[in-house]
Amino acid sequence: MTKPAVKPHPSQACRFTLRSFLRLLPVYVSWPLAAVATIAVLTGCSSSNDEPVQVERIVVPKVHLIDGKPDPAVLAEKQILRKGNGSQPQTLDPHKAEGVPSSNILRDLFEGLTGESPDGRIVPAGAESWDISEDGLTYTFHIRHNGRWSDGSPVTAQDFEYGLKRSLNPATGSKYTKILSPIRNADAVAAGALPLEALGVKALDDFTLRIELATPAPYFLGLLNHSSTYPMHKASVEKWGDAVAKPGHLVSNGAYTLDELVVQSHIKLVRNHHYWNDANTHINEVWYYPIEDQSSELKRYRAGEIDWTNEVPNNQFKWIKKYLGEELVINPWLGIYYYGFNLTRPPFKDNLKLRKALAMAVDRDILTGKVTQFGERPAYAFVPPGVSSGAGTYTPQNPPWASWPREKQLAEARRLYEAAGYSKTNPLEVELRYNTSENHKKIAIAVAAMWKQALGVKTRLINEEWKVFLSNRKQKQVTQVFRAGWISDYNDPMSFLELLHSQHGINDSGYNNPEYDALLARIAAEPDAEKRTQLMQQAERLMLADQPVMPLYSYVVKRLVKPYVGGVGSNIMDHHYSKDWYILKHRTEKVWLDKDGREVSSPHDTRDASAGEKD
Amino acid sequence: MWHYAIKRLLGAIPTLLVLITISFFLIRVAPGGPFDTEKSLPPEIQANLEKKYHLDEPLYKQYFRYLGNIVRGDFGPSFQYKDFTVTELIARGFPVSLTLGGLALLLAVLIGVTLGTVAAVRQNSWVDYALMSTAMTGISIPNFVVAPLLILFFAISLNWLPAGGWNGGHWLYLILPVLALSLRYIAYIARLMRGSMIEVLRSDYIRTARAKGLSMPRVVLKHALKPALMPVVSYLGPAAAGIITGSVVIEKIFGVPGLGRYFVQGALNRDYTLVMGVVIFIGVLIVVFNLIVDILYAVLDPKIRLQGKG
Repeated sequence: MTKPAVKPHPSQACRFTLRSFLRLLPVYVSWPLAAVATIAVLTGCSSSNDEPVQVERIVVPKVHLIDGKPDPAVLAEKQILRKGNGSQPQTLDPHKAEGVPSSNILRDLFEGLTGESPDGRIVPAGAESWDISEDGLTYTFHIRHNGRWSDGSPVTAQDFEYGLKRSLNPATGSKYTKILSPIRNADAVAAGALPLEALGVKALDDFTLRIELATPAPYFLGLLNHSSTYPMHKASVEKWGDAVAKPGHLVSNGAYTLDELVVQSHIKLVRNHHYWNDANTHINEVWYYPIEDQSSELKRYRAGEIDWTNEVPNNQFKWIKKYLGEELVINPWLGIYYYGFNLTRPPFKDNLKLRKALAMAVDRDILTGKVTQFGERPAYAFVPPGVSSGAGTYTPQNPPWASWPREKQLAEARRLYEAAGYSKTNPLEVELRYNTSENHKKIAIAVAAMWKQALGVKTRLINEEWKVFLSNRKQKQVTQVFRAGWISDYNDPMSFLELLHSQHGINDSGYNNPEYDALLARIAAEPDAEKRTQLMQQAERLMLADQPVMPLYSYVVKRLVKPYVGGVGSNIMDHHYSKDWYILKHRTEKVWLDKDGREVSSPHDTRDASAGEKD
Repeated sequence: MWHYAIKRLLGAIPTLLVLITISFFLIRVAPGGPFDTEKSLPPEIQANLEKKYHLDEPLYKQYFRYLGNIVRGDFGPSFQYKDFTVTELIARGFPVSLTLGGLALLLAVLIGVTLGTVAAVRQNSWVDYALMSTAMTGISIPNFVVAPLLILFFAISLNWLPAGGWNGGHWLYLILPVLALSLRYIAYIARLMRGSMIEVLRSDYIRTARAKGLSMPRVVLKHALKPALMPVVSYLGPAAAGIITGSVVIEKIFGVPGLGRYFVQGALNRDYTLVMGVVIFIGVLIVVFNLIVDILYAVLDPKIRLQGKG
């Protein structure tokens, strides 16, 4: 028997009809593989041919803002928002929660003393206003009088005090006590060395809260919209104990309240009609879907089941760019992707030349342009661009060689490599460790190839499951070069620089420079924002000259957003509040796209559609 | 029969004890703990958390404490999903897995047995070849390939069915995952059924029945089906436990909140109590399914009698 020819003509590949399928049914029955192949061709449409393809496009009206609010005429009747949200949050108790997925949801459920505008500015929220003492050590917050919990009771200064104390209570087990260290006695209270009363937080009356700091922290206001500082409804905590964060138990003070929580399925929030600004809120329901698998998420987005993805699959960049380019949103993110050197063991112990040679030999433009591809920015410094320092935007301190031409970098890398005692005949053999992930693997392969080509280094790639990897990194026994990444919890250069303090828990390089530690201490005590920035830049230059780590690129947020989701802003923290958004009226229309994703008027016309209209 | 069933269940206790012991120590050997994250935790907080969950005690003490809790039916709190106990999580996940797996198994048996029988009756005809090559394809294509293709075709190209989610078990949301999960089993059962049916059809008593002038459908349904089902039934025991608890891939692709995902996530997160809870639950499930299969055997084959020997 010969194999029947069932491959559809390319131009028909995407115009799938039920009739054509039924016509070929007998063939599929006797040749199931052919059926699978045809389905693959039909659904993976035109990835293999150059003919125009038909796609659905969402058409939305132009939004006119009236007093900063959308014209009600353009709003859809159903104000329901559906978001892909990565992994299942461990808990929605704001003081026990950890990680990005839970903080995304908590931002809708609760409101801190301060809030953020869609473009990331600090705005009043739980507090209507505040006064800061001249030395920058005493903050007095004037709590909003119309703040309400979802059960209707008023939100008071005592609730905020209770929240902060609960967060720092060692019995709570919060994982974010460290970021609250600027508050007076916070570290000692979290360690259980001092009683909760010693904490520098006090409600002076129902609507006035005083917070005293141990050291001036220019980023402190930004910290007060972090989930670990949220107020908590004391009566519910006392009633429900550990089960306080369940639907029906959780009383929240934000624009939304928890309605349903089905583990690994969805979390549904509904409007908190007691919220002080409920009149200006549009979205009625917010559904968060825990979808870890990025390609599953993409499929559900394409099927119209979610409006907002948490991420997009790295390996489908070209396809997404081509067919969903208008819905792809890429923004800088407050994070750095880097490789660390283990400084406590050979070959990197006391071997600055070798570390420098390896750092210089990596072509970061190729890494971001060809490997990661989503607009990540090459990084030579440790603090990513766009971080605010209290005195404007911080300028990352690139090492001098960062701006050299490639040939000069390579020549210097070779010189240092040889000075460190290695050569083509006596190459360095090194282990590069990363946690299992397709993306990390691609980057590791590219870096290893660059080292090999430039210096002749023999690299062994080792991938490990996440917890094994973390444990090895921490022990510093078997690691040589290891992958690392850091996405900051608060917008300040110190959130990156402190990682390399000799006593810091994730200084997995084992970097120990007393001069650097001393600089960090001076930065913490410096009240003047200008001087503080200079000290931070000095510290970053000092640390990078020692090259305990080699930064590779700064992260970007990449996701798909349906065009009918309005009010979405962009900010470097990637913080979003559903209360600021709205759903626009929309309809879909079918359009033809050519092989480059440009619109054409018909399947046989490859001219530009707009040019066609002029005729 | 009750006597037999109870005896069998009691006999499973040592097996379960071995299972619990091995898994308990095995997961503790894996590097990293439930509270290790990339963030560094102040040592005091870490100590507090460990104390709260008794992780600071010597391992043998934890082991006996755990055994004691199990006897009282307490699987403990989940380390990962802090708002839930392991019992709650299993109670939520199992009905989902049971619905998904049960339907898939039902579909697999119905279609698989029918196709296998048809193929056997029409042995060596084009029907037989078509069905068996389809079945071979079904067996060889893993479900992580089939599932995305089904989604692309039915959810994205045709837009007839949802691409994922559970929606409380709404029937529309069940179709694709059930189909994706059952395809392999349909194929396997069809092949199994065909083989055993051909064998039965060749036996003397079938020839006698045919010689007496009974019609082919009557012979097949009344005389051949029951004995031909025996290999399928013995396959069903492990298949049922596997399909109901092991649909990890399908659950992940379709975003179904079943037991399989807890298992994998639990292991990755070193959620000791959750992993142990699911292991014990699956262990009990396998014991029960095997027991059901043995009882079914006796119903199908009069030669087998259930005796207390086990």
